[in-house]
Amino acid sequence: MKKIILILTVLITLGIQAQTPEEHGLQIAKAAEQADLGFNSSTVNLKMTLKNKNGQTSERSLTTKTLELTEDGDKSLIVFNSPKDVKGTSTLTFTHKVGSDDQWLYLPSIKRVKRISSNNKSGPFVGSEFAYEDLSSQEVEKYTYKFIEEKGSLLVVEQDPVDPKSGYTRRLVTYNKDKGYRFEKVEFYDRKNALLKTLVYSNYKLYKNKFWRASTFIMKNHQSNKETILNFSDYNFDANLSEEDFTQVALKRS
Amino acid sequence: MNTIKKAKSAINVFTRNWANFVIKFKWPVLLATLILALGLGSQGNMEFDGDYHVFFSKSNPELEAFDALQEKYTKDDNVVIVLSPSNGNIFTKENLTAIEALTAESWNTPYSSRVDAVTNFQHTSAVGDDLYVDDLSYESSLKTEAEILEIKEKALKEPLLVNRLINQAGSVAAVNITVRLPGEDINEIPGEVTPFIRNMISDFKEKHPNFQVHTSGLIPMNTAFFESSMNDMGLTMIMLFIVIITTFILTRNIWSTLATLVVVMFSIMSAMGFVGLMDIKMTPPSAVFPTMILTLAVADSIHILVTMLQKMRKDGLNKVDALKESMRLNFMPVFITSLTTVIGFLTMNFGDVPPFWDLGNITAFGMVMAFLYSTTVLPALMAIFPVKSKVKKEAVKEPKNWYTSLGNYVVKQPVRLTIISFLVIGGLTYLATKNTFNDEFINYFDETVQFRTDTDYIRDNLTGIYNIEYSIGSGESGGINNPEYLKHLNAFEDWLNDQPEVIHVNAFSEVARRVNRSMHGDDESFYRIPDNRDEAAQYLLLYELSLPFGLDLNNQINVDKSETRVTVTVDNIKSADMIAFSKKGEDWLRNNTPKPMHAMGVSPTLMFSKLGFRQADSMFKGNIIALILISLVLMLALKNFKLGLLSIIPNVTPVLVGFGIWTLYKAQINTGMVIVFGMTLGIIVDDTVHFMSKFLRARRELGYDAKQAVVYAFETVGKALVTTTIVLLAGFAVLSTSSFALNSYMARITVIIILAALIIDFILLPSLLILTSRKEEAVEKVKVGQIAFDK
Repeated sequence: MKKIILILTVLITLGIQAQTPEEHGLQIAKAAEQADLGFNSSTVNLKMTLKNKNGQTSERSLTTKTLELTEDGDKSLIVFNSPKDVKGTSTLTFTHKVGSDDQWLYLPSIKRVKRISSNNKSGPFVGSEFAYEDLSSQEVEKYTYKFIEEKGSLLVVEQDPVDPKSGYTRRLVTYNKDKGYRFEKVEFYDRKNALLKTLVYSNYKLYKNKFWRASTFIMKNHQSNKETILNFSDYNFDANLSEEDFTQVALKRS
Repeated sequence: MNTIKKAKSAINVFTRNWANFVIKFKWPVLLATLILALGLGSQGNMEFDGDYHVFFSKSNPELEAFDALQEKYTKDDNVVIVLSPSNGNIFTKENLTAIEALTAESWNTPYSSRVDAVTNFQHTSAVGDDLYVDDLSYESSLKTEAEILEIKEKALKEPLLVNRLINQAGSVAAVNITVRLPGEDINEIPGEVTPFIRNMISDFKEKHPNFQVHTSGLIPMNTAFFESSMNDMGLTMIMLFIVIITTFILTRNIWSTLATLVVVMFSIMSAMGFVGLMDIKMTPPSAVFPTMILTLAVADSIHILVTMLQKMRKDGLNKVDALKESMRLNFMPVFITSLTTVIGFLTMNFGDVPPFWDLGNITAFGMVMAFLYSTTVLPALMAIFPVKSKVKKEAVKEPKNWYTSLGNYVVKQPVRLTIISFLVIGGLTYLATKNTFNDEFINYFDETVQFRTDTDYIRDNLTGIYNIEYSIGSGESGGINNPEYLKHLNAFEDWLNDQPEVIHVNAFSEVARRVNRSMHGDDESFYRIPDNRDEAAQYLLLYELSLPFGLDLNNQINVDKSETRVTVTVDNIKSADMIAFSKKGEDWLRNNTPKPMHAMGVSPTLMFSKLGFRQADSMFKGNIIALILISLVLMLALKNFKLGLLSIIPNVTPVLVGFGIWTLYKAQINTGMVIVFGMTLGIIVDDTVHFMSKFLRARRELGYDAKQAVVYAFETVGKALVTTTIVLLAGFAVLSTSSFALNSYMARITVIIILAALIIDFILLPSLLILTSRKEEAVEKVKVGQIAFDK
């Protein structure tokens, strides 16, 4: 009997190990998606601080609304509150699980909505160290995966972007499996596979007893020594936003 | 007089003891010096630094301003790869596809942060209410003839491309790779970037043999600096060969040649150890130190050996006695000439160009060691070697030699020779002031260097290599979107474009105009600055959101959006014109724009342009100090204040003559030549010391009058002076073949100066010695002199 248990144990262990690193990585990404499922919608205020090598800083303040969708990627709406000359400018984004995202920008100065050419998503977001692709909704389908290692409760997974126009060859994401698979750190490798940036998440808070949200993102560019800090405040998961809040008409209103 | 005699006998006793000691303990001395040389040599560590930053001291204000600008935006070291297809048309499917592929591959360059080419130029266009920002030619291989024609039309109308990444005819195009070096490892460029670029280009040429490829930019320039350091170090071998031959011809003895070789090799090994211990990185100017040390060190050995062999051959002394006698006679002169040379080289520290500090310090250390080895291992080796020499009686040949005739010729007409000399020197001094500084760094390399020829090609066919940058502030956060600011910036851009020396201007006002046009359905009448600030700011936001990885505006706009960078590409103009042009731009801003927009022109080109002036200013003090110190050494060595003062004339005039002749030759001087005053002073002073000391000896010990003493000086040291001059000329002639102008010009003018010094010491110095001695002896000694001469 003991022998059978032993054989079973060995078989089960082997069975788990037989999973390839690719499958394991995908499994972790899906687990993370699963853990964050069901927040419906949220709003948050964001202060973005850009720092250059000399420590000179510049600030922007924004409000972000997100609508959770399951059959396709999330929708989001970002409104600029400052600097003054772009106040009221807002972007509307429909992320797609497959293919390029759609994006519109509303310019209050001419009261017009302009669609942004969707090929370029790898450039810096308003002069910061964040590319648009770093900030957009993290859909599982946008990457291929490879499990790298496990350090205590931390899981490191390599993610290779599917989009050929991405600025990265790969990124190394550290998940915390005990805290709802939240991101702890992301390392970005550029097209020549050199470490470009590191994003560290901190001051996590648990909302609705399920959703982990970091209050601080620190993105450091190792090649230019510039840095961008995002401070999130006033998370609101009770806004009950709907599709109507994420249309071109809504964009003009915001 | 008594104290002097005491001092003199003390020195005599010291040198005699020194010689006895070294010869007695020849084996331990040999072993000790060998250990010292090997010990120092083992610390040797030659690392080459090609970064052009090495030419600027930390406190250089131009460098500080340029670094500040780079930190505000991005640090841009670049490689420009220029492609010329054989069909003379960039805009064919094959050629665009080739350029697109090279552009994509260029992103893999180590440390690259940005790649700009015709194909990935971010073209802005309006389609209905959509703004399209996309590569000008993406997936070129799929384009139709009509599309390619359209691309050509767009490209040749684009001010950001024409004269920068493509020529007006569309026959030559460039890929510009911006590289952001961490600056942590000296090997980043030579070990990583350059090999990658070279491989990439050779692969490209293999796949597309119809393209001619030329490369330039700051990275290839650094590589050229690096490689020219290595080449100049290679000159050491040629010099070593010359040293062996010269020593052999002068001493006609294989053992002396071998001993000399040991001395110079030990000196160079020690200097290399110094380089390693002080952690000095080799640069083109400092990499010539082995040749310098070889040239200067060999003179010490030759003096000692020639005297020793003379004593054996002519006076029939045995080897040990001849060696001791030679040591006694030469110890002080070799010491003094080494001392003055060391002083001369150390004055390079007064300058503002760090590679010359290194050259000065390494060579000075090498000279100290050369003195040490010449007075230790050289006699020890000669004592060990089985040197035999036949005693030759050359009595017949002796008295009527060439030097005596020259001496007699000079003493007959001192006044005439003095006047002629001063006229010639005066004329050349006047000419010397006609030289102008020119530190065009492209011209640092001669036509044998590929970087130079490639750069010239690019200058002739596409764009300029020299540039000036201005960081223009608006005085407020986000102020670059203020239409007032943009209009002034636009006016500055227009003014720059009107200047004859300007090839290309890259200013943010162009981006503002272009985006405004696209926001208005590509209507040409909107190719102007937006009307109000909110519009400008929001267009910029939209435009920035549309740019891809690596092609953002961070290299042009600071984080606070309060300043933008204007880059002006100019034609190859001389340093002085470059400085004047930059000033003109600064003045225009001051006269036509509000205060926050006033800016200083900065760039590597400008830094080099000002380098020569800066070096000359800072070396001035050093040269005066060198002159005072060396004159003091001379006064002490000659124990004569008046002659010490007089020596300033033959020591200073060769430099004036040198620069005068240079005006006739090139009339342009560079940073490398600023150091020659101090350096050559330390070297040419040897001629004066030897000549004057023999003159004084004849007057004091032999009781000759001035004229006789001059003839005596010619007879005794004439040959030695010619010999050492030949060795020095050989050394600097070898250096003058360098492909690097800072070294070759410095060496060429040194050749002229050393030659001029010898002529002045043979013509003007003796004439002056006679004329200044005349007053005292006018009355009583005339008769005596006359008698002595009639004899």
